[in-house]
Amino acid sequence: MKKFGIVLMALAVLAMSACGPKAPTTVKFGVFEPMTGANAGGGALEVEGIKLANELYPTVTVGGKEYKIELVIADNKSDKVEAANAAQRLVDKDKVQVVLGSWGSSLSMAAGPIVEKAKIPAVGLSCTNPLVTKGNPYYFRVCFIDPFQGTVMANYAFKELKAKKAVIIREVSNDYSVGLAKFFADSFKQLTGDPNAILAELNYNTGDQDFSAQLTEVKKYKPDVIFAPGNFTESALVIKQAKELGIQTPFLGGDTWETPEFIDVGKKSVEGAVFSTFFATEVPITETSKVFLDAYRKKYNKEPAAVTALGFDGYLVAREAIIKANSLDTVKIRDAIAATKDYPGAAGMITLDAEGDATKSAVIKVVQDGKFAYKATVQP
Amino acid sequence: MTFTLFLQHLANALSLGSLYALIAIGYTMVYGILRLINFAHGDVFMLGAYLAFYGITMFSLPWWGALVLAVVVTAVFGVGLERVAYRPLRDSPKISVMISAIGASFLIENLGIVIFGGRPKGFPVPEVLSRVIRLGAVSVQAVSLLIPAFAALILAVLLWVVNRTKTGMAMRAVSTDLDAARLMGVDVNKVIAFTFGAGSLLAALGGIMWSFKYPNLSPLMGVMPGLKCFIAAVIGGIGNIMGAVLGGFLLGFIELMTIAFLPDLTGYRDAFAFVLLIVVLLVKPTGLLGKRQSEKV
Repeated sequence: MKKFGIVLMALAVLAMSACGPKAPTTVKFGVFEPMTGANAGGGALEVEGIKLANELYPTVTVGGKEYKIELVIADNKSDKVEAANAAQRLVDKDKVQVVLGSWGSSLSMAAGPIVEKAKIPAVGLSCTNPLVTKGNPYYFRVCFIDPFQGTVMANYAFKELKAKKAVIIREVSNDYSVGLAKFFADSFKQLTGDPNAILAELNYNTGDQDFSAQLTEVKKYKPDVIFAPGNFTESALVIKQAKELGIQTPFLGGDTWETPEFIDVGKKSVEGAVFSTFFATEVPITETSKVFLDAYRKKYNKEPAAVTALGFDGYLVAREAIIKANSLDTVKIRDAIAATKDYPGAAGMITLDAEGDATKSAVIKVVQDGKFAYKATVQP
Repeated sequence: MTFTLFLQHLANALSLGSLYALIAIGYTMVYGILRLINFAHGDVFMLGAYLAFYGITMFSLPWWGALVLAVVVTAVFGVGLERVAYRPLRDSPKISVMISAIGASFLIENLGIVIFGGRPKGFPVPEVLSRVIRLGAVSVQAVSLLIPAFAALILAVLLWVVNRTKTGMAMRAVSTDLDAARLMGVDVNKVIAFTFGAGSLLAALGGIMWSFKYPNLSPLMGVMPGLKCFIAAVIGGIGNIMGAVLGGFLLGFIELMTIAFLPDLTGYRDAFAFVLLIVVLLVKPTGLLGKRQSEKV
């Protein structure tokens, strides 16, 4: 099935390359996101933010000439192999100046070598695994990374819930989940001073629907808390099936949980689930936050998710870099992005460090009455 | 492992296995008649689940009303699919029909993405079915008791239809030799259409039961269950209805016990199912209950 797709794509690329080059009148931003598949809910939230930013700031001026910013959406289908294909397409066929995305660290990591080779800068929005930007001079992100997020949740488990023993349930085929679980475990062991504080690490695969066997094992361990970072639909099903098996232990997770599908699939069983994320609408941070919130509420008539604010920020950071570089040369744009300092984004001030990561505060949210409610802000 | 934990694992396995069994029956029926592996079976399964979803959310039908409606519409769809994608190829080589089935599968999946959207949807599970029932230390969802009951009922009805009715006799005749049955005056097209209708009905029922248990709808939701139940049908002996049920239970049992006893290998859960398929095909290609058949000339 996949081979067939690659052949088709190769044919499409050949057909396109037959047309001659034209003088550019637009700047192209590649939107590299999962629009279908298991992660589509998260991808859609980020695209909302990017599109909103594009509506508010549709052009960029380079060398006295105004260019229209065109969004080229490439669906990476929530699949690592398809993600590499989609990134290759953005680079080769669409010849974008900047890539934005993707929701999901594994998917972003699949695009890493491709954008690096093509020397096209990519701005990750909510992909938090350290390996996305590590050693890749062309990948940046406007969010914090998992060593910090893992510490935040370990602190919450230890200080707020007074937990001494934890069980980890992780999505073993997802780099984000495995990484975050490890950082949580390290930090939790340090806090409790107990090298055996993690009673068990149980695994499942992306796309699994039945977790009854793993959860039956959890019952045996009787933990104080369960840390289960992973994709939102699988996580919702994990929590739902845990409740059905009579497990009352509180569930903690990461930023990926904040999608409407998490509540839609989990319904009443995900009430009380606590997770860390990037931004809460209850506490606007900068002037840009207000602009973003007003525009979003007016357009969609609901409250935005944290990753939507990050989509908005990623677009603005890339646009600002083009203005600063005053050039459409991708290497110069890359240098300008790397130099981003104290840029007021919707989800906080953005300063990129040597690895290309932003240092930001984290927000803890809880599911309450079918909504995500703000709980606390944690400074780095 | 304590005894109660083991009982809980057993209950989980039975509940998953009965779902597999329900879907595997549909695979095996179509194969039994046409010697065709209907690769679109998993996608018909998806369609049934989505129809029930829209029945409940858009037309505010009660869950059983949506279930009946979705199952009937999907059965009609199955008959239509056979008419459009398989009947014109009746006299072509088997491989052409199989390729047509793969094409139909991709077509339905991608239409699903366009029409239903790529984002997953939560299925509104009725309160009666999502209630948790505790039997001693073992907890099961009410729907997990309903599924085996459904599977048993359907098995009984099917065995009765196949072995005791005139349509069943015609089905068996077509299965033995399609051309000879046609010469004897059996309306082959009608029998095959009936089989497809019944197979799709079972797929839809399986899809809806699946969504009651795992309320997460996506256009590609049928791919994995479709493959797993194909394996279940092959293990039991494809073409044999009892075999499909046995294979379904066996697969559910092996999958969950692997996780229970070898938690380090959980990531290879799906791989186990496929390894099992390879082993069965190597050791006993006709499956556990299948009969050896000489190749028809």
